[in-house]
Amino acid sequence: MINNLQLPPWALWAMVLALIVFIAMVVISVRRNHGIKRSLFASPYILWMFIFTLLPCVLIAYYAFTDVNGHFTLDNFSSFWDSNYIMRENLRSVAGDEMAATVARGSVNVDTLVYSLWMALLCTVVSLILGYPAALFMADRKMKLGPTLVVLFIIPMWMNFLLRTIAWMSLLEDNGLINAFLERIGVGKVQLMYNQQAVLLGMVYNFLPFMVFPIYTSLSKMDPKLAEAAQDLGCNDMLTLLKVTMPLSLPGVISGITMVFMPSVTTFFIPRVLGGGNTRMFGDLIESTFKTAGNWNLGSALSLIMMVLILISLSILRKADPNGEGGGIV
Amino acid sequence: MKRVFKRIYLALILIFLYVPILVLIVQSFNAGKSRAKWEGFSFHWYQELVSNASIMNALWVTVSVAIIATIVATILGTLAAIGIYSMKKRPQAVMMTITNLPNTMPDIVTGVSLMLLYIFAKVERGYFTMVLAHITFDVPYVVLSVLPKLKQMNTHIYEAALDLGATPAYALTHVIIPECKQGIVTGALLAFTLSLDDFTISYFTTSPLVQNLSTLIYSATKLGISPVYYALSSLMFVVLLVLLLIVNHRTGDNKG
Amino acid sequence: MMEKEHLIDLKHISKEYDGVTVLDDISLYIRKKEFVTLLGPSGCGKTTTLRIIGGFETPTSGEVLFEGKDIVSLPPYKRRVNTVFQKYALFPHLNVYDNIAFGLKLKKMSKAEIQKRVDYMLDLVNLAGYGKRRVDALSGGQQQRVAIARSLVNEPEVLLLDEPLGALDLKLRKDMQLELKSMQQRLGITFLYVTHDQEEALTMSDTIVVMRDGHILQIGDPKHIYDEPANAFVADFIGESNILRGEMIHDELVSFAGREFPCVDFGFGEHVPVDVVIRPEDIMLVGEDVGQLVGTVQSVLFKGVHYEMMIDCGTFTFKVHSTTMEPQGSKVGLNVVPFNIHIMKPMKEAGK
Repeated sequence: MINNLQLPPWALWAMVLALIVFIAMVVISVRRNHGIKRSLFASPYILWMFIFTLLPCVLIAYYAFTDVNGHFTLDNFSSFWDSNYIMRENLRSVAGDEMAATVARGSVNVDTLVYSLWMALLCTVVSLILGYPAALFMADRKMKLGPTLVVLFIIPMWMNFLLRTIAWMSLLEDNGLINAFLERIGVGKVQLMYNQQAVLLGMVYNFLPFMVFPIYTSLSKMDPKLAEAAQDLGCNDMLTLLKVTMPLSLPGVISGITMVFMPSVTTFFIPRVLGGGNTRMFGDLIESTFKTAGNWNLGSALSLIMMVLILISLSILRKADPNGEGGGIV
Repeated sequence: MKRVFKRIYLALILIFLYVPILVLIVQSFNAGKSRAKWEGFSFHWYQELVSNASIMNALWVTVSVAIIATIVATILGTLAAIGIYSMKKRPQAVMMTITNLPNTMPDIVTGVSLMLLYIFAKVERGYFTMVLAHITFDVPYVVLSVLPKLKQMNTHIYEAALDLGATPAYALTHVIIPECKQGIVTGALLAFTLSLDDFTISYFTTSPLVQNLSTLIYSATKLGISPVYYALSSLMFVVLLVLLLIVNHRTGDNKG
Repeated sequence: MMEKEHLIDLKHISKEYDGVTVLDDISLYIRKKEFVTLLGPSGCGKTTTLRIIGGFETPTSGEVLFEGKDIVSLPPYKRRVNTVFQKYALFPHLNVYDNIAFGLKLKKMSKAEIQKRVDYMLDLVNLAGYGKRRVDALSGGQQQRVAIARSLVNEPEVLLLDEPLGALDLKLRKDMQLELKSMQQRLGITFLYVTHDQEEALTMSDTIVVMRDGHILQIGDPKHIYDEPANAFVADFIGESNILRGEMIHDELVSFAGREFPCVDFGFGEHVPVDVVIRPEDIMLVGEDVGQLVGTVQSVLFKGVHYEMMIDCGTFTFKVHSTTMEPQGSKVGLNVVPFNIHIMKPMKEAGK
């Protein structure tokens, strides 16, 4: 990797030092009442976000549009569209156009992307179908279960994410617990692992809480008088749910969809463990491009495509929630 | 009738969430190494855990990174929330977009982009770079949990404190911060949880020499995972659960 | 009771927000121990004036003098004034006692002294024994009292009150008005009170400042403002009025509603347009044949002490308050004595 633009190794340390000095200055000047504006409190954060969020994004774009020598190129995107692109071009320079023409287009990257989007969509739909009623029942004021259940939904996350996924292996594998049970009741063994359903199960399992929280938050923020008003105006329970509760929880649903869809597209551990390499997803592809193949430029291009796709789908989703009240999971 | 149905549904969802965890805890007491066969109750894996240096080291890395990242992110994020709250409308909107940006970025992109940053800045990846990465993904969550509390606050409360003779610094520490304490605690808890559970971002921002639990487990999966990890994870899970119960008991009927 | 010396002087205060003028060259003084009310519709600049004195806003231009010294650059925590905020702004994380003790603790007073003063204040606002309560467990009226106690305990020179009774119901509001007034007289503290309720202003104040669109329209004691409103807006805002367009024929003779009336005003010139204001209770109902004006009763409302009748005289419909009722549809005569006809210069349509 040769770059013309290079920072000395101490640059990052210097930045961190500057941050600490800045915070100290803010504290001192507030103590002494120099009338520092409170909006300046955000400046360390702004600086931090600039260095660790915006700059890295710019770097991804930079690597995506350059080759190993740091020259501008669109080859990385061509390689995304056609995984044999580089091979063909190399062949062309060695053996001429005729030989190059024999190399067909490799669609593996595009196929992986399409497949990932499809799986993420499935995962989002299943999570929504399972999660919406859960959030609705949690927000039921008469049952007063909400806060307790929120904690109960968070606690599983304290068990390591990788181990939780591996635990599903124990349950699903050929001589796993479920198959042992099925055998005992006489159904016989079923192939549960290493297929699309297993990956989907693992994804729903991991991302379901992220669907439930935002919906629960928006439902519990809702004024209960609105539902009463709807009933007063003649809606039965079902109509109240359809006409009042659901539309009002839309911001929560949208942020839930965002928070499930995004990590599902890019997860690479779950398909690797539960899919057993039979199914490859886009996160998997990015990871192996960076780590195994060591091709940072192509990896960056893939990441960039991913980001752009997500930003586009988000901006479409946001149209349905113009106020952006969906908020986070808090 | 309806209520019974609701309870059953919620119970089923919870069972779905907790079954794998129970499986892990049970397996951590299995005498044998097989995932499928129960070979008797034993503390074997717990004993092995203590003597396994690489696991103990990874545990130390995981916990210390989570604690440092939580503290820094909470301070940075609370200050930022107060700053953003005092901004005028347009800069506030810009700040909110920037704050929401990491939320809209998949973990893998965050991890990869930070890796590129470190490579670009010629900083060797390891413990320090991992801490920086964890702070980065924690801060927005703190901002997003403190900001709503500030917005709920009566706008005149800060002025009332000044009016009664408090200096801006005193008003900040004795009125504003206590007012949004709940948001700060939620944010810190969230940051700690995310940091503890993170795999993807750590994976890209550390070197093979400095492993946290997630990256260690990841490299172990390739060889077939030992129940030692189950023991460790079960232990951590129980410790955190007990801590939660103690905190909850102390603060009384704290609303979520 | 009132002393002559000025405690606060506002001199040519203007305030702009992003190019919008909220206060336009306001000048005003407040004497010691005076109860001054800023009265006006919402958006007239009364709260901004209060916040400038409290130190929460800096005027774009002009001076704020406190006992003759300019305090424009003095931060709120160094000013000897305290504010009772709209919706109270009590600290929810502190109980009643700690809310009231907040200012005293900052003065590094001894615990015993703080205890003594807070207990005295709790007594004064009838909340003895409420010290340990959470503030959000109190009723609106109780929160109101805590807010007042929290300010008064600091013994401010001036207490600024921003619509302090706005959130209370009618009965409580009336009680609190009397209580506040008597408290002010007993403690001898200067009150600067902001309200949009003209009745409240008339009941409590020594001096009323009527404001509109960032201007002061009139300053005076309640009786003066009620009896001699400076213009039709003040007349309309303070109490109820019939406001008509008229023409000053010459001194002491005015024409309106198609007739000429003798009056007591002079100095307007001859044949100039004017505004004529007549209070509803100043119109006497007489027989159809002896009235200066004749009209038909359009509607009758019973208002408790009196009847309110709308009487159509062809060119204008008068509002009349009377203890005797005339049935709807009946023809009546209307009389006004010259002293009760108020003549004022016409207001510009927009602005002043």
